Amino acid sequence: MVWEPAMATFLIRRLALIVPTLFFVSVLIFGLQQLLPGDPALALAGEDADPSVIAYLRQKYHLDDPLPTRYVLWIKGVVHGDLGESIRIKRPVRDLVVEKLPVTGELAFFALVIALTIGVPAGIIAAVRHNTAVDYGATMAALWGLSIPNFWLGILLILLFSVKLDWLPASGFVSPAESLRQNLLTLAMPAFVLGNAIAAVMMRHTRSAMLQVLGADYVRTARAKGLSEKRVVLRHALRNALVPVVTLGALEFGALLSGAVLTEQVFSIPGFGKLIVDAVFNRDYAVVQGVVLCTAMAYILLNLLADVAYVLINPRLRA
Amino acid sequence: MTAEVVSVAVEADEGERPWRRALRRLVRRRVAIVGLGIVILFILVALLAPLVAPYDPIATNWAAVRKPPSVLHWFGTDEIGRDVLARVIWGTRASLLAGLVSVSLALTIGVPLGLVSGYVGGFLDGLLMRVIDAMLAIPFLILAIALAAFLGPNLTNAMIAIGVSQMPVFARLTRGQVLSVKHEDYIEAARALGNPHRRIMLRHILPNIVAPILVQATLASAAAIIAEATLSFLGLGQQPPDPSWGSMLNVASHFLSQAPWMAIWPGLAIFLLVLSLNLFGDGLRDALDPRRG
Repeated sequence: MVWEPAMATFLIRRLALIVPTLFFVSVLIFGLQQLLPGDPALALAGEDADPSVIAYLRQKYHLDDPLPTRYVLWIKGVVHGDLGESIRIKRPVRDLVVEKLPVTGELAFFALVIALTIGVPAGIIAAVRHNTAVDYGATMAALWGLSIPNFWLGILLILLFSVKLDWLPASGFVSPAESLRQNLLTLAMPAFVLGNAIAAVMMRHTRSAMLQVLGADYVRTARAKGLSEKRVVLRHALRNALVPVVTLGALEFGALLSGAVLTEQVFSIPGFGKLIVDAVFNRDYAVVQGVVLCTAMAYILLNLLADVAYVLINPRLRA
Repeated sequence: MTAEVVSVAVEADEGERPWRRALRRLVRRRVAIVGLGIVILFILVALLAPLVAPYDPIATNWAAVRKPPSVLHWFGTDEIGRDVLARVIWGTRASLLAGLVSVSLALTIGVPLGLVSGYVGGFLDGLLMRVIDAMLAIPFLILAIALAAFLGPNLTNAMIAIGVSQMPVFARLTRGQVLSVKHEDYIEAARALGNPHRRIMLRHILPNIVAPILVQATLASAAAIIAEATLSFLGLGQQPPDPSWGSMLNVASHFLSQAPWMAIWPGLAIFLLVLSLNLFGDGLRDALDPRRG
């Protein structure tokens, strides 16, 4: 692929924009602690904590220092990979994040596979059969998918497949190293629940991109050449329509993480989402901050990759 | 459609006030009107809750614990004998309030920020947009959960958390709209006449960009209702014994095999209200967008 100056300028500008964004993200997340009502040390240690513990926390988190000094000390730690320590579990937040990430990663992977398997073909069919009953049906199904709260969908699936039919386990997680079959069985419902809303978004993106492409001159030319409709749709239209779908899909990462919080809670999956919810219940604020920070970093990185991929794939933007 | 019909339709559009035209187009979209009708029904239920609820939503009845739907209790009872229908009816208030207050908060902060940012431009615009970028970098629900966790668990804080988390979208949308109209002739003319900046922003720009903001507000209300239910489901919103659809689902999830009806009705209420708002929002967007005809 030819490296063009316009592309290099775009990438440099895009990278430069990340620096202030990261700075403000860090300020926001550091600022969360300032929202705690009353003495943060008391909030961190709990109501019945020993005064010596409170004094230790004041010293450890430099709570007597001015705010800017505390921010600099905190961000220095973050830059060196120190996200603080969980007050309840007494372990570094970084270790907890690294431990839980593969579980959520696997759930997210299966959810994306389900979303793509349902969303993209549904979008193609709806666009090809534009303004027919099939199109209206698919559009309505997408709206249903967007409107159903995923924790309720999870509960309904548990009711049907676990309580009534006894086909799938209602909750829990088995590592693939332990038993691949059990792993897939435990993840089937959560992955569907998580993938459902994203499938709806994917369907809308694919449909709208396909409708644009199907009206383009080169598709009309392909049809005029006498190519079969299947070949026109799959070889000519879809390849171009998928460019925005793939990049917009990357932006669904945020929805995937938000959804994972609820899904993991409903199905008791010990992942990244359950980590933040348990931390919220336990008032383990360092963990909440650490998880939010990691999520934001991953989101910014994925956004950057999506933008770069878009420029690399789309020849018009390279010029 | 024949050319004649098209020309009649175009003539009907000409000389008609934009809002009247949008209303006419909206009325033609039956699905959107059905959505609006259901939303109005929910609003009426919330307002008339003391009159239409068959029982006190927090009154326990140990003689009627986890009773399935019957003539006495249409939606059944919960784990401490409270009437599920009464709680669903009163729960409408928390959900609608969350939708209204959160979105109003997001609008009150986001729209002026976007208006000033887009109009003034330069360094201020760059600075404000980087802050907005930072907020958008944290997924909406995760930001709302973090804010609600740090502010403390109750409905008011949940609404603040949702409103603050939704604010960046309104700021970004408003700024984009301002940029698209700020060099239009009518704005230049207002400036040439010596109107102060505040007047130009409020009297000339804002009325011309209000349509997409209105659409976004409708769709954001749906998202806020789901977010409130989510926060209440996680124990960060409405606190017991006050009824909320999210907290009802949280309790119901512990009694799925013994009392499945406890999980059906509150979830169905969230789904129906959110679906109706989305249907209305989609219809409103189509009606206000001249390209969609």
